[in-house]
Amino acid sequence: MIAEPDGPEDRLRRFATIWSRAVFPVTSTSATRPEFEEQLLPLARRLSEALAARTVDTDAGRAVGAALVDAHCTDPEALTRSLDCVDAYLVLYCGGDGDREDLRSRSSRLQHAMAAGFAHALRERTLAEQEAIARAALEAQGLVAQALHATEARFRAVFEGAAIGIGIADLDGNVLQVNGALLRMFGITDQTMRGRKVQEWTHAEDAPQTWTLYDELVRGEREHYHLEKAFSRPDGTVLWTNLTVSLLRDADGEPQYQLALMEDTTERRLLNLRLRYEATHDALTGLPNRTLFFERLEKALSAGEGQRFGLCYLDLDGFKTINDSLGHAAGDRLLVEVADRLQSCATAPGEMVARLGGDEFVALTTGPDTESEVDDLAARIMNALLAPVRIDGRELTVRGSIGIVEGPAGERGPAEVLRSADITMYRAKSAGGNRFELADPEADARAITRHGLTTQLPVALERGEFFIEYQPLVHLGDGSVRGAEALVRWLHPQHGVLGPDRFIPLAEHTGLIVPLGRWVLEQSVRQARAWRERYGQDVAGDPLRINVNLSPCQLTHPGLVQDTVDILERAGVAPDALCLEVTESALIGADDDLLKPLRRLAEMGVDIALDDFGTGYSNLANLRRLPVSVLKLDRSFTQSMQQFPADPVDLKIVEGIVSLAHGLNLAVTVEGVETGAQAEQLRILGCDTAQGWYYARPGPPERLHELALVDATG
Amino acid sequence: MERPAWAPRNIDISVPSVARIYDFYLGGSHNFEADREAARRAMEFAPGLPKTMQANRAFLRRAVRFAADEGITQFLDIGSGIPTFGNVHEVAQKARPGARVVYVDHDPVAVAHSQAVLEGNPDAGVVAADLRKPQEILANAEVQRLIDLNRPVALLLVAILHFVEDADDPYGAVAELRDALAPGSLLVLTHASFEGIPLPPERAEGAVDVYKDIRNPLIMRSRDQIARFFEGYDMVEPGLVSPPRWRPETATWDPDDEDPWAFAGFAGVGRSA
Repeated sequence: MIAEPDGPEDRLRRFATIWSRAVFPVTSTSATRPEFEEQLLPLARRLSEALAARTVDTDAGRAVGAALVDAHCTDPEALTRSLDCVDAYLVLYCGGDGDREDLRSRSSRLQHAMAAGFAHALRERTLAEQEAIARAALEAQGLVAQALHATEARFRAVFEGAAIGIGIADLDGNVLQVNGALLRMFGITDQTMRGRKVQEWTHAEDAPQTWTLYDELVRGEREHYHLEKAFSRPDGTVLWTNLTVSLLRDADGEPQYQLALMEDTTERRLLNLRLRYEATHDALTGLPNRTLFFERLEKALSAGEGQRFGLCYLDLDGFKTINDSLGHAAGDRLLVEVADRLQSCATAPGEMVARLGGDEFVALTTGPDTESEVDDLAARIMNALLAPVRIDGRELTVRGSIGIVEGPAGERGPAEVLRSADITMYRAKSAGGNRFELADPEADARAITRHGLTTQLPVALERGEFFIEYQPLVHLGDGSVRGAEALVRWLHPQHGVLGPDRFIPLAEHTGLIVPLGRWVLEQSVRQARAWRERYGQDVAGDPLRINVNLSPCQLTHPGLVQDTVDILERAGVAPDALCLEVTESALIGADDDLLKPLRRLAEMGVDIALDDFGTGYSNLANLRRLPVSVLKLDRSFTQSMQQFPADPVDLKIVEGIVSLAHGLNLAVTVEGVETGAQAEQLRILGCDTAQGWYYARPGPPERLHELALVDATG
Repeated sequence: MERPAWAPRNIDISVPSVARIYDFYLGGSHNFEADREAARRAMEFAPGLPKTMQANRAFLRRAVRFAADEGITQFLDIGSGIPTFGNVHEVAQKARPGARVVYVDHDPVAVAHSQAVLEGNPDAGVVAADLRKPQEILANAEVQRLIDLNRPVALLLVAILHFVEDADDPYGAVAELRDALAPGSLLVLTHASFEGIPLPPERAEGAVDVYKDIRNPLIMRSRDQIARFFEGYDMVEPGLVSPPRWRPETATWDPDDEDPWAFAGFAGVGRSA
């Protein structure tokens, strides 16, 4: 609509403009002022028309008032300004040329109606909005409540359905709520549970800290604790639980409740106990086993000042024979009977009996007075074994050997104590059995060294800890060096150089003598070759000879001949450069089978010397059938000749032996020559060769070189 | 409506709500005495707050219309509060029938009220969620139903970021939303600031304290800090300005016609690359 300048339409618009400018600052509308003016324009027209109508249309006034509220003029100030504006300008701009007085009165009535319409609409709008927001708040609350309810229902389901027991109590200990799992664990009803107090659930097996922890928690000094706890069920059985108790605080952090979560561990505990029993007891006899015994022994050995221990280590005598002849079932029954008897010997507190395995038992006594008690204990055990055991209608006599170790706690470890007891027991056994012996540190030390050396021997050979020294053999007639005896030594990493007497018997015992002997032979033969290459032959035109000892064990070894041949061939050494020394005792009662290898070697040209002659039951008649070519006289015959004049009896004996030997076409070598007088005497007696400190101690192969040079120049 | 059932919140209408306070400033009656009391206290320090809100509201309307003109048909209004008048869906759907609008608020009363208002409008929805958890908003079923993230969206963060403390990483949240939106999306943002308030800051501080008292602290940020929210967006002309200065609708717009309080804070629109 295009307004004619200063026409009615233009005047109406100017009125709307004035109105909008007046009210806009107090409206809440998000419209711009011109937009707002557009909203007011129809209202202005409505008022203008009402002003011109024949009868005053107050409905129009009310509608305009209400429309203001709709246009977001909700501030009462908007009404004031609107009324001011209508009052001042409506008649002026929209009154036309009507009666001023009448128009003013009409405007006034329209303003009253506008005020009423505004008030009515504002009240309606306010009420509607209040209701809407209240409804929204309610709805939101409903949703929250619903969510809460769902949450609560879920929590309840968790609480009730949980497999672990859950209980809530107040801080005075009054039980407030428990779940089904907890009731089932305790075997009581909800009614019985309610009204109970947590503090009633003491149990004899409560750990000492149980109730201290509880007190700390309810005082708010501790957030939670965890322990294993037993409870008594109404039926008298015990419920074992894994218990966790937590402190529940309110929103302000104040302690409110205690929450207990418990897991029934009764079954698991029983199983554990049974497994523990099985792991620590011997299945056959039911006695504590090695594991449990070591635990106890360890405890006894780590006990405090003034505490002592006594240990009896029992091994039955001849049990193997019973087992072998009557069978294992009988043997087992015997062990069970012995176990029962032993059990009755150690009933005092601090005493125990255990089976270590096989027919080995131990009895342990602890306390301050074991020094006297342990002897009594051993005596009781020997006594308990006195009565024969009846098995399968037989009366079996049971005997045992006991090793006793007794001492103060805190000095030795269990392994050391047990080893000492074991060694001592063997001493009792070696002494004939059926007795007890007390541990003796010196005997222990010897045994320990023997044991240690035996186990170290194989490694020593691998690591090359053995070496050979050579002691020259000198011709008594002209003093020339004719050869040397190879003597094996062990350079032990801890004990230093050990002589053959320390380890050869052990090597014999373990069979290691065979490889060790072969090694010695190899080294010696190689050395013989080296000498030959260096010095050629001796004065008599013979090569320097090497003497190597053969142990009894090697003698019976089937590979002896072949090994020797191989070694000689490999080194390119003639058999007559080698002399094997065999002890007289090794050949005592030797049959043809044993002598056969020696004969073979002798036939090949290897000399065989009979070592230590005169120490055994020197069976002179036997000499005839032995394939020996040399007699080595034991040093005991020549010892007296170190002084001058020598014992005439010894002189006679040696003279006799030499003449016998020469009669049998045997050469005679003497050992242990330490003085020149001795050497001279032996030369006069007709001995052929000699060795001893007078000439040289055993030494490295180079030393022989020096001697040979002396010999050559001398 | 989805609410995390394990973390229910109590509805306590004796605690003021910023959404209802905002409604009161805009002359509405969707509020309770506690809200009005807080609003009046703030107005003791800053009597022109209603005008500030009005200007904010006017900017929102212009920005939505601008977005619709740019061809945007999807609107995600986070921190929508209590719908009073000139709501986004009204403006948007008037400009583009069928435009889709999702309102998001974490105030359960505001959400319940919005639901009542939107009943029967298939193209608009309400979601109870929190700007501080953008992934929850994006994964929401109603958001997924109404908004196609492969097409540009107008993301409205009007008068909300100044309620997110730095500790809650508002920049991270805005960036996460940006990364989820298709290129060509618009970020429509207003933010409170001491800049532009016709008061010495120590006086304006009094109003800020009121919000602190109602446990909804108002974080006043500088223009530079506010501009950082537009990282990854190209600013639409005239950039980040006082709300009335952003694309006034009439050519004859005269700043002198505006209430001085209308110029408080900043408003701007950015377009994602």
